[in-house]
Amino acid sequence: MSAPNVPGQPSPANPGDQPDPVRGVPAGAAPDADTMALRRPPAQSGAARPAGANPTDGPAPPPRSPAGDSAAVGRGAPAGGVAPGGRSPWHPAMLFTPARLRQLGALVLVGLLAAVVTGPTGNSDEPLQAAWDSIADPRIVLFLILAVALWVVLVLWAELRGVLTRLTAPVRAPVGAAYGRRGAPIVLNVVLLAIAIIAPQVVSTAAQQSMVTDIGIYALLALGLNVVVGYAGLLDLGYIAFFAIGAYTTAYFTSQSAMPWHAPFTLNPFFVFPIALVLAALAGVILGAPTLRLRGDYLAIVTLGFGEIIHLVANNADGITNGARGAFGVPHLSVHLLGLDYTWGIDPKPYYYLLLAIVVLVMIAFGRLERSRIGRAWAAIREDEVAAEATGVATLRLKLLAFAIGASVSGFAGVMFASKQFFNPQSFSLQASFFVVAVVIFGGMGSRLGVVVGAVVLQGLAFYLRDKVEPADRYIYFGAVIVIMMIFRPQGLVPSRRRRREIELSEAGIGSADSLGSAPAGGRP
Amino acid sequence: MLLTLTDVEVAYGAVIALRGISLEVGEGEIVTLLGANGAGKTTTLRTVSGLLRPRSGEILLDGRPLSEIPAHDLVARGVSHVPEGRRVFPSMSVRENLLMGAYRDRRHTREDLERVYGLFPRLQERIGQAGGTLSGGEQQMLAIGRALMSRPRLVLLDEPSMGLAPMVVQTIFEVIAEINRDGVAVLLVEQNAASALRIAGRGYVLENGRVVLADSAAGLLADDRVRQAYLGEDVAAVGDPAR
Amino acid sequence: MGFLDQFWQLTIDGLMVGSLYAVIALGYTLVYGVLQLINFAHSEVFMLGSFGGLFVARALLPGDGSVPGGLESVGLVAIGLGAGAICGGLAALTLERVAYRPLRRRSAPRLAYLISAIGASLFAVNLAGKEFGRQNVDLPDLFHNGTVFKLFGADVSTQSLVIFAVAIAMLVGLDRLVAGTRLGQGIRAVAQDADTAVLMGVDVERIIIVTFIVGGLLAGAGGFLYAMTFNASYSMGFVPGVKAFTAAVLGGIGNVRGAMLGGLLLGLVESYGGYLFQASYKDVIAFLVLVAILMIRPSGLLGERLGRAA
Repeated sequence: MSAPNVPGQPSPANPGDQPDPVRGVPAGAAPDADTMALRRPPAQSGAARPAGANPTDGPAPPPRSPAGDSAAVGRGAPAGGVAPGGRSPWHPAMLFTPARLRQLGALVLVGLLAAVVTGPTGNSDEPLQAAWDSIADPRIVLFLILAVALWVVLVLWAELRGVLTRLTAPVRAPVGAAYGRRGAPIVLNVVLLAIAIIAPQVVSTAAQQSMVTDIGIYALLALGLNVVVGYAGLLDLGYIAFFAIGAYTTAYFTSQSAMPWHAPFTLNPFFVFPIALVLAALAGVILGAPTLRLRGDYLAIVTLGFGEIIHLVANNADGITNGARGAFGVPHLSVHLLGLDYTWGIDPKPYYYLLLAIVVLVMIAFGRLERSRIGRAWAAIREDEVAAEATGVATLRLKLLAFAIGASVSGFAGVMFASKQFFNPQSFSLQASFFVVAVVIFGGMGSRLGVVVGAVVLQGLAFYLRDKVEPADRYIYFGAVIVIMMIFRPQGLVPSRRRRREIELSEAGIGSADSLGSAPAGGRP
Repeated sequence: MLLTLTDVEVAYGAVIALRGISLEVGEGEIVTLLGANGAGKTTTLRTVSGLLRPRSGEILLDGRPLSEIPAHDLVARGVSHVPEGRRVFPSMSVRENLLMGAYRDRRHTREDLERVYGLFPRLQERIGQAGGTLSGGEQQMLAIGRALMSRPRLVLLDEPSMGLAPMVVQTIFEVIAEINRDGVAVLLVEQNAASALRIAGRGYVLENGRVVLADSAAGLLADDRVRQAYLGEDVAAVGDPAR
Repeated sequence: MGFLDQFWQLTIDGLMVGSLYAVIALGYTLVYGVLQLINFAHSEVFMLGSFGGLFVARALLPGDGSVPGGLESVGLVAIGLGAGAICGGLAALTLERVAYRPLRRRSAPRLAYLISAIGASLFAVNLAGKEFGRQNVDLPDLFHNGTVFKLFGADVSTQSLVIFAVAIAMLVGLDRLVAGTRLGQGIRAVAQDADTAVLMGVDVERIIIVTFIVGGLLAGAGGFLYAMTFNASYSMGFVPGVKAFTAAVLGGIGNVRGAMLGGLLLGLVESYGGYLFQASYKDVIAFLVLVAILMIRPSGLLGERLGRAA
């Protein structure tokens, strides 16, 4: 029982642990943990240890001991700061500070917005009806209750966090230790791979289909875009255009009937892979060479325009691409070699395993790339472009290389996609580009495992929502996911260690975490 | 005391820049901070003016803590900061730059402009010229003049002599002394230790984010370590013709 | 009919559309000026302002389908503009609060702002699409649209006059605001050197918020003008957004007068180009202009400083 030692705790609270508004570095950054560690006298943390590590405490009433709490947090979560209210004794009046009330107001607004987002769909004849219906519906009460509940959780977060830390301490210690050990990632990877191999056997055919064309293809796309965004720190918003180039190249070379414009001969789709790879990379270089010299955010706009133009051309050039009707009849992948005859057919599973193999290979290859001289050069460009240039890194050429590599992966994925199924320009819309960006951000830019997990989770979400929400409306959720991630977890779901450190450092004013030039003005307090 | 720093620690992320600085500036004093590059002089000034927040320690202005005051309200409390590298607004004219100094309180703008022009007649000649096109010395005059427009009680000066010709440096230091005669306290960061100690009453020597020496200007001038590190070598190593 | 016969008509149409681009471009340029960031979601501010003005104007119109006239028309246009501006301002304020400020508090890397703005844009477009339907929403005529006078043989319609006059009034007003007021002084100071502006006592946070609001007000009013000419739809922001951005870059992003010049020029180029080639290539022309400027003169015609506006 923790009760006996609780009253003893607060009194010797050292001066350093008082709420000091002087601390300017925003909570959550690494320095907090450092400061706490530095300032807490050893005796104090010794005294706090039994309370903090005792798993039998159970869900007892929230401890009122600020010292005990912050000690537990400080020791438990390495990067965690302390919630602003966490160090002063809890009091009901804390609920009604202006900041808290503003927070409540904001949450209520978010609740209302959520009600509208999930509410009925409107139509252009009565454009405001849907919004009214969602607000007037009794369902709104549910959302408001949720908002208030969330607020209460946030208000009590410091207390809850202490409890959670204590409850999970016995579990986190071994997991943390395992994670830190050198061999552990291999075990983890083997487990994940096993899951990936078994997964299609236990789901419906529709889900299998989705695992190929949505998850698999997008994992590949995300791995490619990750080179651009995660490694080189650039933003490409027309990424899907290279995917389109790959798909249309396939249609051109492999079929006499898919598009009005076709090659005089037909090739096995496998032979199109290198062609598409080169073509997409070439397009990337042509697009990137003039624009990469400019500030990074211009690149975003130019690629956005490029993506839109490719989409428009594909959609309108009926005589070449078959326009909006799309390309039918691209043959499936097949192997006829040394007596081996195999054709990937309607069944999604063979495609899935082929994609899985490719994704794994690409992950391994990019892992090596990341640790190579080139990968280090990219990191240098992200962290300090001027210094990188000064030490002889050919920054422009390396950015171009990243751009070309990303484009070629996208083109490669396009071949895969085209041979798997019918496609039309809808598959290459601007929103598809944004979706790949969302996958990379959500998963964790710079993290290969992260972006694949991002594809699984976001496309899984899309698959889950497919009967519940109109396809176009799903982008509301994806947009929200992007913003929420940028606010609360910019490093992504499964962050790359290096990128996380870069983001933290750049937020503390050291170096940068992208290649877009200097940080925006007015940022620092 | 006008300004008091007690055990101020400042960090950029995990990199610690100040490791517990304590210093004082009294009303009407000139206090100088000496030290090598990276010793924490500029960081100290930026912390005082609120651009950086200390992770621990206390800063008092007139005995009241500064921690709650946003940086942009500090001008209203009588503190003006002339930043390192002068930082005049490049596309604003000389006059507009000076008016920026009076952004918060425009009651005395006219007479204050006259006063600044009196201190630096050169500025009046360049009144319509863009700040970015001025020479280094003129920019420094403009930056100091701009800081005076808010009628400060304490001026934080960061390396006013940096990159300037000796003649101009002399003018600048004369003006600093003159400002001080009007009762304005000055916290002066300088690499040019000789000139700084000549006009300062007291001084602190910073090394690696710590105060290693605090004494009167005369005391510092007589101190062997200071003579060796900041007076003797200063001339030889930097080649600064500071006589 | 040859190009020369149509020249003045094309010029008038180009200036009308160009003045709209200029109004939207100011939002990009102002935010770029103070934050050195391209506000990707600005086109959605425009879209939301457009809907806001349209809804209010529709609610006030007589339901019988008759076209109002005289003072009633003036009032409706004014109220629509005001409502559009307010909605645009609110949208911009919300955007700043939700998608930008939390990142600024942390001094996040620039990439984060771009991505966050794209997310916000994606959210706003599709939410509008869901709520307001994915078809065009029309705004009934607020006044009788006829030819007011002829200029070199070309018709100048009431509509183009209204749009041009309102747009120019807004442009001049903003120019005065930036060049001649204390707020403008603050905006220029932050644009040139935010850290030093703080030392002068400028509340940078407040300036940034106000800048977003001003850009939103303009874009919202511009959105209403746009809806008055064409119609409103959830996806209406993208194309004018890219064009207004092009206009901002053409004039020199961060430069207020540059954005105005860029908008008018782009409107003209597009109008002539659309006639000479094919109307459906108008959008491509704007994009080609953008790429060309970025390659030849990335700092734009008038250079990239907000401070130059003085």
